[in-house]
Amino acid sequence: MRKLLFQGFFRPPLTEQGPDADEAAVEELAAAFQRAARRRLGRSLSIREVDAGSCNACELEIHALNNAYYDVERFGIRFVASPRHADVLMITGPVTKNMREAVERTYDAMPNPKWVVAVGDCARDGGCFAGSYAVVGGASQVVPVDLHIPGCPPPPATILRGLLSLLDRTAKSVTST
Amino acid sequence: MPSLIDLMLEGRKIRQHNPWPRVVVDAHLWNVAANELARGRWSLLGLWGEPTTVHMAIIDRDAMEIVVVSVDCPDRVYPSVSKHHPPALRLERAVNDLFGLSAQGLPDTRSWLDHNRWGVRFPLGDRIDALTKAAPYRFLPVEGDGLHQIAVGPVHAGIIEPGHFRFAASGETVVRLEQRLGYTHKGIEGLMRGASVERAAQLAGRASGDSTVAYAYAFSKAAEAALQLVVPDRAVWLRALLAELERLANHLGDIGAICNDASFGLMQAHCNVLREDVLRAANIAFGHRLMRDVIVPGGIGRDLDEKGRAAIRAVLDKVHARFPALIELYDNTASLQDRTVGTGIVTAALAKQYAAGGYVGRASGRAFDARRVPGYPPYNDLRFEVPVLVEGDVNARVWIRIREVEQSLALTNQILDRLPRGPVRVLVGSEAGPREGMALVEGFRGDIMVWLRLDGDRVDRCHLRDPSWFQWPLLEAAIEDNIVADFPLCNKSFNCSYSGHDL
Repeated sequence: MRKLLFQGFFRPPLTEQGPDADEAAVEELAAAFQRAARRRLGRSLSIREVDAGSCNACELEIHALNNAYYDVERFGIRFVASPRHADVLMITGPVTKNMREAVERTYDAMPNPKWVVAVGDCARDGGCFAGSYAVVGGASQVVPVDLHIPGCPPPPATILRGLLSLLDRTAKSVTST
Repeated sequence: MPSLIDLMLEGRKIRQHNPWPRVVVDAHLWNVAANELARGRWSLLGLWGEPTTVHMAIIDRDAMEIVVVSVDCPDRVYPSVSKHHPPALRLERAVNDLFGLSAQGLPDTRSWLDHNRWGVRFPLGDRIDALTKAAPYRFLPVEGDGLHQIAVGPVHAGIIEPGHFRFAASGETVVRLEQRLGYTHKGIEGLMRGASVERAAQLAGRASGDSTVAYAYAFSKAAEAALQLVVPDRAVWLRALLAELERLANHLGDIGAICNDASFGLMQAHCNVLREDVLRAANIAFGHRLMRDVIVPGGIGRDLDEKGRAAIRAVLDKVHARFPALIELYDNTASLQDRTVGTGIVTAALAKQYAAGGYVGRASGRAFDARRVPGYPPYNDLRFEVPVLVEGDVNARVWIRIREVEQSLALTNQILDRLPRGPVRVLVGSEAGPREGMALVEGFRGDIMVWLRLDGDRVDRCHLRDPSWFQWPLLEAAIEDNIVADFPLCNKSFNCSYSGHDL
């Protein structure tokens, strides 16, 4: 173990430069962030992720954000275990009818101010599962969504770009108030 | 003692069912089959419904035969298999939820996928309105001094899929775990009904995201079997390349994640770097990190070019160079071994009874691998070993995965060395009349079964059976007498699919 840790001192870091904020996402967010009360947030986001019936591919890519290449925590973004600790609810999947109540209750358990990010094509409108007897269809049917990150699944860089635009917006509104 | 062949001879054989036979039997023969399953001579591969029929797929490993037996049930009832053979229990509960076909003698009649939220009952059979009032789900009673219950989920603390676990514990020790699943039920089999083959293939590839290649592979093979379609050689080999890359990426990620659940984050940091490298190579080679929608009925949708080939070679070399140090790290860290050795034991008898696939079965002495038996090309031309251990604990499941990483590295290199040239796709035509096909493909988690019936260019009925169906129940057994704090570790060492199970 010591050898592996020691090598870490000499190898260049694997972590890559972060992407620029997504322009389209920034625009979508502009509306959401007209409302005030950003000051408390600073440049950090705590995210509670809820799989509302996804195929688990989105989860795999969200997980990847924590690997050494993306190292999402350097941006102040971290995933938390409880909705009580969260600023952002991140939803994946088409929201199945069996998960609807769990999503609502998770959202209700979060303190204000709070935002909802829908990750993946399913969370936008049900994706390829839309129209099924078992699917509600899109996270916005259940809770108000502030940002959509499209993809099937969106690669980690795309998810990161979306989240950075959320942070950017937050930082700007803090300096302007 | 009847053999599968005897069963076939007595039933009415269905034409146009490939590559293995399907026979329609009466209730008596159905019971004979259920009893043979209970005796352990045969293993259950799957049990699924249609509006007035129930099918089950059986494998006789000694004779290497697979048969689908079907029983017509115009009165909506059929003799329960799980009455004799418990592995069929959740499958029969699901058949009832989806089709309204009730298994007579079913030991547990609670609904399984249906949480009374769909607005309808029996959505794939004769639909009726949902119950006006949802009956509370009754967990199995647990009695004893000082027992307490812990309810976990459906929303879990980590970034994982939803499901409910009900623990009954005596102090720190788990007395019983009961799972409640179905939260991610999307109605995939309902959406497939009447869909085009292309759309159904996409849906199959979204049954369980971590196995998107394996599902597309299995679906495509089943459709091709139904249509008696021969896929070009190069596509056959490239499919195996895709499947091995998927296996590699998942095993690397999970080995790290299991260690992380034993609070050893260093291993996860290193394993996740290698996993990311594999996904990036896959993206260069096939245009998608998880290689989704690359395998399509008729072949593959995207050929491998020189750039992709070089990217895969490079990542194989990197994993080959870096992985041994990680194995050593796992093997020589006493605090980690302390957590994994002797934890979450699955007995060989249970693994055999449930026909547990993948590393869950192979860590408990069940040497089943669909690439070997029934086997499919190109694996019969490739050299590989199927690692088997008998300890059945978390440690054994980790070692099976470590050995499978090595096997997948070797397989991928062999495939790249010998990749034939030529076209990668043939046109999928449509044949008049119903045609049935099935396939068994080894995903990273175990054998995935797909059964379907095509009618013209449409899918009439398609059933996807995830390996998790026969692994989830074993997790309940494995955690018994372990401490609550070891549950995440045991759970991760299984890594069953919620979505693949719930569909």
